[in-house]
Formats: sequence, structure tokens, C-alpha cells
Amino acid sequence: MKEFIEGAVAIARSVANCKPAVVSAYPITPQTHIVEELASLVANGKLKAEFVNVESEHSAASCVLGASATGVRVYSSTSSQGLLLMAEVLFNAAGMRLPVVMCCVNRAVSAPINIWNDQQDIVTLRDAGLILLFAETIQEACDLHVQAFKIAEDPNIMLPCIVNIDGYILSHGYEPVEIPPQDLVDKFLPPYNPPYKLDVNNPLTLGPLVGPEWYLETRYAIQETLNNDVKKKIVEVAEEFTKLFGRKSYGLFEEYKTEDAETVFVTMGSIAGLVKEVVDELRQQNQKVGLVRIISYRPFPNEIVKILLKTKRVIVLEKCISLGSKGPLFEDVVSSLYIEASNNGNKLPVVNNYICGLGGRDVYKEELIEVYKDKETIKFIGLKKENLGSFI
Amino acid sequence: MFAKIILIPATGLNNKTGSWRVKKRPKFLHQNCTGCRQCYLSCPEGCISGSKKEYNVDLDYCKGCGICANICPVNDIIMEQE
Amino acid sequence: MIDEKILLTPGHTGCAGCGQALAARLVIDAAGKNTIVVNNTGCLEVFTTGYPYTSWRVPFIHSLFENAGAVASGVESALNYLGIKDNVNVIAQAGDGGFADIGLQAFSGLWERGHDILTICYDNEAYMNTGIQRSGTTPTGTNTTTTPVGKDSAGNLRWKKNLVDIALAHKCVYVATASIHLPIDLQNKVKKALKMKGPKFIHILAICPLGWSSNPAETIKVTEVAVRTGFWPLVEYENGVLTKVRKIKKDELLPIEEYFKLQKRFAHLLKEENKHVVEMWKEKVKENIEKYNLLED
Repeated sequence: MKEFIEGAVAIARSVANCKPAVVSAYPITPQTHIVEELASLVANGKLKAEFVNVESEHSAASCVLGASATGVRVYSSTSSQGLLLMAEVLFNAAGMRLPVVMCCVNRAVSAPINIWNDQQDIVTLRDAGLILLFAETIQEACDLHVQAFKIAEDPNIMLPCIVNIDGYILSHGYEPVEIPPQDLVDKFLPPYNPPYKLDVNNPLTLGPLVGPEWYLETRYAIQETLNNDVKKKIVEVAEEFTKLFGRKSYGLFEEYKTEDAETVFVTMGSIAGLVKEVVDELRQQNQKVGLVRIISYRPFPNEIVKILLKTKRVIVLEKCISLGSKGPLFEDVVSSLYIEASNNGNKLPVVNNYICGLGGRDVYKEELIEVYKDKETIKFIGLKKENLGSFI
Repeated sequence: MFAKIILIPATGLNNKTGSWRVKKRPKFLHQNCTGCRQCYLSCPEGCISGSKKEYNVDLDYCKGCGICANICPVNDIIMEQE
Repeated sequence: MIDEKILLTPGHTGCAGCGQALAARLVIDAAGKNTIVVNNTGCLEVFTTGYPYTSWRVPFIHSLFENAGAVASGVESALNYLGIKDNVNVIAQAGDGGFADIGLQAFSGLWERGHDILTICYDNEAYMNTGIQRSGTTPTGTNTTTTPVGKDSAGNLRWKKNLVDIALAHKCVYVATASIHLPIDLQNKVKKALKMKGPKFIHILAICPLGWSSNPAETIKVTEVAVRTGFWPLVEYENGVLTKVRKIKKDELLPIEEYFKLQKRFAHLLKEENKHVVEMWKEKVKENIEKYNLLED
């Protein structure tokens, strides 16, 4: 049954149905409503969890890391500055192979301080060994959270998984949503059964000092896990979810009108909704356009190159930039395309990089249609020249 | 896929730090011992053991720091050449 | 043959004569095998869990340099959820760097939230693991690599952060100081603390023969002198009230110079030009003696 509720509340209630044992988070706009709703559910006896009010995001991530190591299901949430503050803890959780599940409500990074949406925060941590999923809608955010626990806690995977939602757009927006019902979640999500934990009956040492003779393989192991086990599991879990909950879950990426497309947009997050409208409008004008929406950013689904190599032009649209180089999503797409093409002798499509929406700047349909007609390699959409020049 | 990041108890016992000693090693004389257990309670390695009035050091691990000889209230432990 | 009951075994790579190794061994043997240890980065964690060796026979976790307080809070919360906290001790421990400086925030949060955890600071008065740099608990006039003695300097400028007062301000249910020269007293304090519910703190002076340039064989003697000068008072607070003070007998009391003589890090304080620093130490010792009524009548 659908309810018309706020994104953050929907996510919190979906997470509550997954029965986390320890929840710890530090408030930061625009994530706060998720944490407040979880606190309210605990206070009203609807969620039996230990809710730990820590004093910073670094401690929030550390707290859930410790609880996860003790063998229970955990959850946290953050944005932007908070995510960067807990950066070393997330690297640590990945290296220690602990399934910490979180929601990152994507927000621009300081300075200047800006509380509105872009994806720079999480993209900055793409190297950490985390599983990074991006939701387009609030419904998908709820569904991905339920799947996140199942993926992360698989005893062959045991890696942190972060579900990303665009700040304000999905966190504070309202949508008709079906919260994944308790009985189906119970069927879908097995209890957390860790292969190792802190247990006085079976003492183990976690987090030893590891020298050059041992460290490299720990990274290789995470790489192999992400590229093999995690990719397989994401697809498997999406299919299971679709069957059980009666609602389509796409797995690693979603294709929209790509069958005969000559130009394909590649993007991730809620902006895909706008891109789908643009695709529809251009199709009305007989333009052969399509969209590939990345859901799993890490592990990166280089399977999409099979679609992209059939096109003449790829437009990578992203709400982040690796300053001093190019858009990170663009770099991932181009390198995957190049590897596939150089191995098989394919002709490469033109790939353009459009940076948009930084700091919450609205993106308009007309601008994206302009992009379709454009020929720039790398461009910032909606750049206001009048804001440039002097620093005062 | 996993790599080696977790340890089972006390694999450190395989690290025989007795090889660190260069000059001196403790010798328990067993003449005046009063069984006060100060040596057992003062060894940073924890390699002194025994009961009643008979205590000994496990030379596989003893690093030769000399605390036991320094602390024995009845001078029943001396440091001798290796 | 090393006894199965020893919970921190030999074979670790601590320096010969390490005060912290001894203190940690005494603590865990007092706490018993139903204990989970959470440790910050520092000497202890590095020398007891260098892959492929671990000296721990209890569950042990090391995460980062500043988060033992928060990780332990998570461990304790998980144990509460599982309904087994009453049977399992949680100890969150760190050196003075990981406790009083970089890790203070996480411990402050742990204490304020009232978790049932014993927190322990092994204080060797500098960042020893990274090579003897000064910390917030380095006393005035100490020679460290970042407060070196030179033509224009007599060593570290400021006095120690008072962790006992900070713990009391957070309303820890049990706060105590301990010394490795009185191992039974140290172990009794650990046992007493673990019987109480709520956040507890024990501050242990941990001699570092390398960083202090003292004779490794004299590690116990150096601590004993620290206590007998009045520099390191041995006290216990229960629920915020001072309940026990170990008095110094009149013929036991030593002048602070006796403490300096045992460690080259204070060798410069025996010189005439640094008399003002020694006067400052004497003031601090006098404060301790008066505050705790340390001298036996």
C-alpha cells in the first residue's frame, strides 16, 4: 500500500523493517530527518535497536564499525562534511571487511559551505573499497536499502555498502512510496551471520599491523570481491527483489530507450528522471537518443560499454568533478570504453563530459536539450560568467 | 575473496624473543626465595612462572631487561653473562 | 611452557623493560577472559598485533588512532542488544596520545553517554610509537624530539593535562590512578572498576625506557620513585567522591631530583640554569600533597 511521505521518513521506515541492532549517526543537513525518524521509531518501541547519540561523524562510523565487528546488523547515515570526516573510518571498515550499511544524502562539499545537492561527497571516496549504489527515486532508495543489507552481509562479500540519494531532492521530496513490508523483508533478508566477530568464546584479533609482505593481497582481495562476487550479487539480489516485492529492481544499471540509440546519456541519481523526459521529447522529434543510468557506481559496471560501443556519441552528465582533471564518471566511462575497444578493435564513440548541478544549481530541460545539440568535450552546464572575476 | 587480516589467539608464542638477548640472562638462585611473586608480577614479557618458592624464567622469550634481578627483595635473582 | 591462562602472552615485540607491556598484562589478567579489548593505534597495539603474531588470548580490535572510545561504544551497544553485556567486560585503552590528545573526543563522548566500559590510559608522557614527540601529558621541562632542549629551550613548556579531573567532570563512576610497582593494587583497581556499572577510568604511569632514557632494569624503580616523590599520587574516586589515597610515609618521601636522576630526558633539569623549571615541579608536587593529603602524619 502506498503512502505519500517524505523521502527521509520512507528510508528510515524501510531501514527499520530491516531490524538493525545498532544505529549511530550524527546530524547534518540534509540527512537529519532520517536519523530523527529512526530515533522516533526507537522511542516508540517500533524499532528495537541501540540508538547511540555520538559526538561526531567519525565516532558514528567508528561506533557502527565496533558494533558490526561484534556481530550485529548496523546502520548509519551522513552527508558531505560528515562523510569526509568519517572517510578514514570507511576505508578502515572496508579493509577490515565489515558490512557497515549507510545512506549518504549527497550534498556539496565545503568550501564555500553549501548545503544543497551534488554528488562530490561520495564520489571522493570511490577508491575506498565501498559498494556505492545510487537511487533515482525515493521508492528505489527504499528498495536499495533492503538490498544493501543482503549484499553487504553476504559472507563472501563483507564490505560496507552506501546507498546514495540526492540531498533535498530525494531526502525532503515527497513521493507515493510503498515501504517494503515487514513480512516480505523478513522473508527476503536473512539474519546477519558473520564469519568472524568479537566473541569471548572464540577470541580473535581484528585490525593487526600488516607489513609489505602481506598488505597487497588485502587490496587485491577487495578488488576481486567487488568485480566478481559483488556484481553477481547485486544482479541476483535485484532479481530476487523484483520477484518477491513485485517491483522492478534493475541491478547494476538501467537502460532507457537504448536499443537503436545513436546518442546515449550516461548519468546517476535523480537527475536521470529529467534526462528520461529529455529523451522522450527528443524521441518525439525522431532523434535516436537513450539513457544508461548507473545504479552501482562501485563496482563500476563496465558491462555498459557493450551498449555504448553501438552508439556514435556518449554524453556523460554528472554532479561532480575531479578538479584539475575531468568528471570522475566520465573517467570511468572512457577508460572502460577504451579497454574494450582496444581489445576488440571497435570504433569508439565521441564521449562528452557535462558537469552540472554543483552546489544545488538547478538543471533545466532546455539546458539538456542544448547539450544534445552541443559539441563540447568538457563543459559546465549553466555557468554564470557574471559570478566570475573578483573574489569579493 | 579474502586476504589475511585476522589472527587466532597467541600466534605470538611462535615469536621467540629470547633471541633478542645479547649480554646477560637472569639466573634464579633458588636460595632465599620467599615466594613474594614480585618477579612474576614485574616481568613485561610475562615469561616468569612458578609456584610457592620456586620461580623460573622461560629463556625462549626473556629479553634480558633485568627487571627481575633489580626488583627481587632478597637478591635471589642475578644477571649473568650469556 | 607458557600457561594457557595467560591472556597477554610473551612473544610480543615491545622493548625490553617496557612499562606499558607490563601494565597491559596486569590489566587483562585482572579482567579475565570474558573481556573484549578495544585499542587505539600506538606502541601496545603495534607490538602485540604485528601480523602474523598476536599476543592476545581475548577478543581484540584495533581500528584507528582516535576512535577506541567510539568503537568500544559500538561494541558495548551490540553486547547490550544481544543481552550479554552483563557477562562480558569491555576495555577501551590507549596511550597518552590516543587518549588525551587525538582520542579525547571519542572518550569524552563515551563517558558522557555513560557506557559500561573501563577506559584505561597508559601514560608514558609522549608520542612514543612515532619516536618520542611531546603530547598533552608531557610534563614541563621534558626533552622530546618536538620540544628538544637547546640554547633557547629547557624542553616542553606546559604541564600535564589532568585526565583524572577531566574524567571526574564527566561523572565517571570510578576514577583511579595506578602504578606498576604495586601490581596487586593495580589489579584490585581493575577488578573493582569492572564490578561497577558505567564509565570507568584508570590512569596508569607507563615507564618507557627508550623514550625516557632510563635503565630498562629500573622500570619498576622509576615508577616507585615517581609515586614516592608525590608526582604520581595513587588515588581512587567512587561516584565522584575521593575514597582512597595511598599515603607516603615520612621516611619514604623523596625529593623530585631523585626522579630526574633516573631518566636522561630530565638530565638538563639538574643544571643550575634550569632551576626555575625544578621550582615549578616542586610547586606541582606540593599541590598534589596538599590536595590529597598525601603525607602520612
